[in-house]
Amino acid sequence: MAEPFLNIEHVRKSFGSTTVVQDFNLAVEPGEFVSFLGPSGCGKTTVLRMVAGFEEPSAGKIVIGGKDVTHLKPNQRNIGMVFQAYALFPNMTVGQNIGFGLRVAGRSRAEMDKRVKEMLALIRLPDLADRYPYQLSGGQQQRVALARALAPAPKLLLLDEPLSALDAKVRVSLRDEIRQIQKDLGITTVFVTHDQEEALSISDRIVVMYGGKAEQVGAPFEIYNRPATRFVASFVGTLNMLNGKVVDPKAGTVEIDGQKITLGRDLGKPVGAAVTLALRPEAAAIGGPGDLSLKGTVADVSFLGSVIRVRAAVGASRISFDRFNSPTTPPPVVGEPCDIKFSAGDVLVLGD
Amino acid sequence: MTRAFAWAGFLIGSMIFILPLLGMTEFSLSMRRGEYSFDAYASVLADPQFRATFTYSVVMALFTIVFGVLLVVPTAYWVRLRMPGLRPVVEFITLMPLVIPAIVIVFGYIRLYNTSSWLPLTGSDLGTKVLLMCGYTCLALPYMYRAVDTGLRAIDIGTLTEAAQSLGAGWTTIFGRVILPNVFVSVLSGAFLTFAIVIGEFTLAALLNQPAFGPYLQLVGANKAYEPSALAVISFGITWLCMGLIQIVARLAPKPPAQLH
Ligand SMILES: Nc1ncnc2c1ncn2[C@@H]1O[C@H](COP(=O)(O)OP(=O)(O)OP(=O)(O)O)[C@@H](O)[C@H]1O
Ligand SMILES: [Mg+2]
Repeated sequence: MAEPFLNIEHVRKSFGSTTVVQDFNLAVEPGEFVSFLGPSGCGKTTVLRMVAGFEEPSAGKIVIGGKDVTHLKPNQRNIGMVFQAYALFPNMTVGQNIGFGLRVAGRSRAEMDKRVKEMLALIRLPDLADRYPYQLSGGQQQRVALARALAPAPKLLLLDEPLSALDAKVRVSLRDEIRQIQKDLGITTVFVTHDQEEALSISDRIVVMYGGKAEQVGAPFEIYNRPATRFVASFVGTLNMLNGKVVDPKAGTVEIDGQKITLGRDLGKPVGAAVTLALRPEAAAIGGPGDLSLKGTVADVSFLGSVIRVRAAVGASRISFDRFNSPTTPPPVVGEPCDIKFSAGDVLVLGD
Repeated sequence: MTRAFAWAGFLIGSMIFILPLLGMTEFSLSMRRGEYSFDAYASVLADPQFRATFTYSVVMALFTIVFGVLLVVPTAYWVRLRMPGLRPVVEFITLMPLVIPAIVIVFGYIRLYNTSSWLPLTGSDLGTKVLLMCGYTCLALPYMYRAVDTGLRAIDIGTLTEAAQSLGAGWTTIFGRVILPNVFVSVLSGAFLTFAIVIGEFTLAALLNQPAFGPYLQLVGANKAYEPSALAVISFGITWLCMGLIQIVARLAPKPPAQLH
């Protein structure tokens, strides 16, 4: 494994008496794309701002490229930053905005012009150099902001919810574009979002944050399929929660609404203990494959186009699952009894 | 009903504001018996005293504007950026010149900076001019501060500052290249107001014994008949020109950026 490029070690941040980030640790590899994912107020922006130098950690250390930058001013860190509100300089043209970093660094006019051209080509807006920010759409403004951040060739790129202010279509296309540019340049990137789909789709690794702590750090596949905590499980993706009672902890038998299922693994809980099982919507199906089954009634059917989402009632619990639409199989009828099948391997036993 | 009130308001307004103005203008044009003429204006403009005092006040106004901008813009910026809690306090301080009469300010100055004080500004001509400029800045402060503060409110100075910092800019660059250009229109409107105030100001200049336009107005007013009216119309014209320029500048300025709220 290569030496990490960005190292956040035991960082804590308090505002007055409230601690908003505690014991945060993260090592980001060179060229890696890491997302911070979490609900509003969990401290994502605060961590990012500490990396950028806009806030000073109350404790801990931040190392970038082997250099301790914990107490370095933001304008000495050579970091590219993209903000949710674009933050383009309204008094400057697109070209001047992109060239700002180079101008500050005292580069020659020729070098600046060349770099601005390159950057405009990179964001595929080659003809807009002379426009003012107010003459651009939100998506264009954010691409210019990205070009401006990248123009001085920083070693680290930080993005704080750069897509939140854009409409859905632009959001998806720009997110893919950001990822492509990031890969092409091989720039180490930290991306903050509260949109799980965004995080899952573009990241090498995701840091799921909650209450100022990193709950889990892992690849999207890992985060989604093996959530380490109850919070991660409930926050990432849709999850069916089934409350049951342990019948046989060794064999992993659990009783849900009078029906018994056996997971075939040790639950590590005493007989009679309450246990929460979780199941992804895509892991269950009516009459589908799978060694386990629960009987219930169809409670609700929504037709979403390519997918049909069915909600079934099993006692007090509700299980949602998706089925691909097929012109020859009509959707289930509300009120019908159904047999929900799934595999023991897909059932998560949630910790506390 | 409301319409009647509106008309009544308009009527009263014109009686106390427009009619005297019309009367004064009419009077200023009546120097020649039996017909209207610009004789009074010609007489005023030909007076070398007029030119000297007017030039003096214009120059003072320019210095006051520069000093005021350098004082107010960084202060308002810093307060908004780093000490938002202090804003009401600063706002209150900038309002003080509205409630403290100029005569009190100037007596304070004279007591503090007279020839036998620790900083004898009134002892030299330059010192007195500096003192006068400070006084003018003080009088213009409420208007200047409000104009600049409003301008700063229209842009997201916090994020713009951080964007510039992350691109390597230091404070001077941020101030000169990012903040000042973006509040330029507000600064200009503050500047025109300052100009109008300085041109007409009497108390400070008179008590500091400076050859400014205000005391000249008073002098002419006490000694001549038609010329004071002509002068009053001229200074009104200057004030209104300033107001008009504020409007024009505000309209010509580039449109505000597409902002997020
Ligand atoms: N300057 C500050 N002073 C006091 N509290 C602050 C300050 N900045 C942030 N906080 C608090 O720290 C907590 C974390 O804020 P932060 O902005 O990091 O959240 P976030 O995860 O980015 O949320 P969002 O998704 O809403 O942007 C919040 O409770 C916030 O109120
Ligand atoms: Mg945030």
